[in-house]
Amino acid sequence: MTLRPDLAVIADNVASGARILDVGCGDGALLAALRDQKGCDARGMEIDAANVAECVARGLSVIQGDADKDLAFFPEASVDYAILSQTLQTTMRPDQVLEQLLRIGRRAFVSFPNFAHWKVRTSLLWTGRMPVTRLLPVAWYETPNIHHATVNDFRDMVKARGIKVEQAWFLRGDRQCSAAAASFRAEHAVFLLSR
Amino acid sequence: MATSPIIDASKALTLPEPLPLDSGRSLDGVRIAYESYGTLNAARDNAILVTHALTGDHHLVSPHPKTGKPGWWVRMVGPGKPIDTNRFFVVCANVLGSCMGTTGPASIAPDGKPWGMRFPVITIRDMVRGHVTLLDSLGIQTLHAVVGGSMGGMQALSLAANFKDRAKAFLVIASTARHSAQNIAFHEVGRQAIMADPAWREGDYYSYGKGPEKGLSVARMAAHITYLSEAGLTEKFGRRLQDRAEKTFGFDADFQVESYLRYQGLSFTDRFDANAYLYITRAMDYFDLAEEHGGMLANAFAGSRARFCLVSFDTDWLYPTAESRNVAHALTAAGLPVSFVELSAPFGHDSFLLDVPALDRVVAGFLGEAR
Repeated sequence: MTLRPDLAVIADNVASGARILDVGCGDGALLAALRDQKGCDARGMEIDAANVAECVARGLSVIQGDADKDLAFFPEASVDYAILSQTLQTTMRPDQVLEQLLRIGRRAFVSFPNFAHWKVRTSLLWTGRMPVTRLLPVAWYETPNIHHATVNDFRDMVKARGIKVEQAWFLRGDRQCSAAAASFRAEHAVFLLSR
Repeated sequence: MATSPIIDASKALTLPEPLPLDSGRSLDGVRIAYESYGTLNAARDNAILVTHALTGDHHLVSPHPKTGKPGWWVRMVGPGKPIDTNRFFVVCANVLGSCMGTTGPASIAPDGKPWGMRFPVITIRDMVRGHVTLLDSLGIQTLHAVVGGSMGGMQALSLAANFKDRAKAFLVIASTARHSAQNIAFHEVGRQAIMADPAWREGDYYSYGKGPEKGLSVARMAAHITYLSEAGLTEKFGRRLQDRAEKTFGFDADFQVESYLRYQGLSFTDRFDANAYLYITRAMDYFDLAEEHGGMLANAFAGSRARFCLVSFDTDWLYPTAESRNVAHALTAAGLPVSFVELSAPFGHDSFLLDVPALDRVVAGFLGEAR
């Protein structure tokens, strides 16, 4: 099975045997890959019951929960990596969720769609309407993405909070692209963060 | 599917030592009735203990000896089923205090008469002590898993907290780590119904040939309502009348739901002992796993190395999702691998016994995960 591109980046950069918490783990594709290929102690949290049932049926340890509310129950520094993939923009308080990730994990992977990608910019500029793109396919009134952010927004937030960016990857389509002009050219960003 | 019978005849163990109880008393000569299915492997590591609910018994997939009905979990346990007896050695024991073969208030005391209310008050942990003694006698040191719904889930949690190395995984369905005020309240209604029946005779009814059937049946009626969902009752009965076109302006069972409940209550008295009902409901009311461990539920699981899975149902108002979530959070805080999911099913608390395909997949997936 092929992982989604941002998940593949994360999977490639997780140390073997690491302890993982994937927040918003969906159907458990990344968890299963990390468990099977890297021998990780991979656990997850997911808000959708059908997805959780699917994960448990795959033999994964996944707890049904809400990133905004239920991360507080995880002990401090209990995992090597806390992962939040394509979930940040759906949370009520992305800043607080990020703090929780770095409380629970020694490091955190965060991936999100870049709202400053040129297609989004031009769509907004020329049509005057909220963009509907490949990565953001749902109309504004029914989208779960309530906190859109750009690469620059994200960098500003982590800087203001004293969080260190250990590494960053940028994706265009299914391929990685350079950090140069990533704010404009990247559809998707993956950050590895630590305190 | 195997066509050969998978049933071992019902078995019983008489404990060689007195069983110590939480009350400070102990019981001599306790008999534990159980059934087992499948084969214990050479490594003795493929055993699953299934723990039953309040009025359940050890007839997991074999017919009930009194009612002749199929075992209570035939849809979950058997060859090729989610709890696969081709792969696992499945043990189910009747709980202490019950009336289906294990020692309880209807059993004969050392003085040759039934215990009645002289039987010591027991707890969920006492039931679990009985199970562990049975495991010892079967030569099972470490279970592959413990699986239980409702009161069975309480036993699973108690076993996880009190006998930490006896199982590698715990699957707790539609259950709770403590009885709430509402849970206790419903049980008290049932107990008062039994004790208000003149035929109860302070629990000393065994020589009269007739027990407090009226009281026990009312207790069952009240409890049965808590096992169903409002939507389920509405769908099944609505306000429909029972075999009549008009209301009678009397107190017969005009409504189908009344007739149904009366039948449930009456048929229950054919298979269950009223005193056993008192003792087991009391054990459930006393259950508070956090209280046993300094008030912090997470402490109950400290030092455990097991995996856990909690399942709740969205229409279960007896042990609602918040109770399972509470346990999942405590296990999370204890750093243990835990899964928790609220499944959607229309049948209320009874969903764990009924046709919920998502539950089958969760159970099979959780038990199948080798470790």
